Amino acid sequence: MSTSTTLDGARTGSTPVVLGGTRAALWLFGTVLLGVALYYFIGIDQGATSVFGNDTHVHEFVHDARHFLGFPCH
Amino acid sequence: MERHFIVRGMAVGAIGGLLAFLFARIFAEPQIQKAIDYESGRHTAQSALDKAAGLAVEHEHAEPFSRAFQGNVGIGVGIIAFGIAMGALYAVAYALACGRTGKVRPRTLALLVAGGGFLALYLIPFAKYPANPPAIGHEDTIRERSGLYLLMVGISIVVLVAGAWLGQRLQARFGTWNATLLAVLACAVVLGAVMLVLPSFGELSANVEAYGHHATETPLPLRDAQGRIVYPGFPADTLFAFRFFSVAAQAVLWGTIGLCFAPLAERLLGPRPDTNAAPATV
Repeated sequence: MSTSTTLDGARTGSTPVVLGGTRAALWLFGTVLLGVALYYFIGIDQGATSVFGNDTHVHEFVHDARHFLGFPCH
Repeated sequence: MERHFIVRGMAVGAIGGLLAFLFARIFAEPQIQKAIDYESGRHTAQSALDKAAGLAVEHEHAEPFSRAFQGNVGIGVGIIAFGIAMGALYAVAYALACGRTGKVRPRTLALLVAGGGFLALYLIPFAKYPANPPAIGHEDTIRERSGLYLLMVGISIVVLVAGAWLGQRLQARFGTWNATLLAVLACAVVLGAVMLVLPSFGELSANVEAYGHHATETPLPLRDAQGRIVYPGFPADTLFAFRFFSVAAQAVLWGTIGLCFAPLAERLLGPRPDTNAAPATV
């Protein structure tokens, strides 16, 4: 846990600033990366672009989800 | 603190994804099946027309996963993983919003951030480029369509974040209520202008060349050489139902994220009567 965590707003009932330091920034950055990677593989990969080359397994596997989640599909 | 948020965000995202999947399995799958039936019926009619005209008949390629697998396992994995992704991004957004969005209780902020995620990552892009069932969408425009869709998602995120910032700036001068209204109005104007400028999928050059000017890529009736309709256009009711359920499923997902995260955030951040020293480690 980050030691520079401040809980200024704890007594007033509103939300305090909770972030501090490089550790927090790294955690948040890593999380965003993970989220975006998942978003990419479910929604985009093997549609317009593909990281595994000319193959359709990812696309076909999540095919119904991709349509239903609003991503453009073939 | 941020790790507590991330773990909880991904957990509530998984729960939201699970509920959205159950919803999709019950309501969306029948619509997807109808769309696929329409597609194969149309393909058969097209083949008959091509044969009559003496053209080479296209063969459908074999799919690596069966329909039953796609419609039960694939959609489940896809939507739950999407839920986890959204939960992760949600947790980051929540952590960043804490203490930067005025006097809001942790619980209320949880709902506001979920509402923002629903709007920015789904509903606003949907307003311009709505979800489509199978059979809608031409293979040769997938690049442009994906690019435009992601562009719309990106713009929505930027505009909503800027709107939240603007609201904060205006708050001192106009008060919370009026500042919020002004910020919402500014977002609506900018997003409306962007949607006017971006092309519709039917207006992409490949489509205009092949089909003429249409708003979307929804299949038109199939006609024979004499212009008689031999196969109908895509059923409007199926399209509506699919899109409506798509919006509803995302509302379930984001609603679950907001409502489940709210009490967790309250416990992590809220005032504790006995001690203010350390946040709960549970």
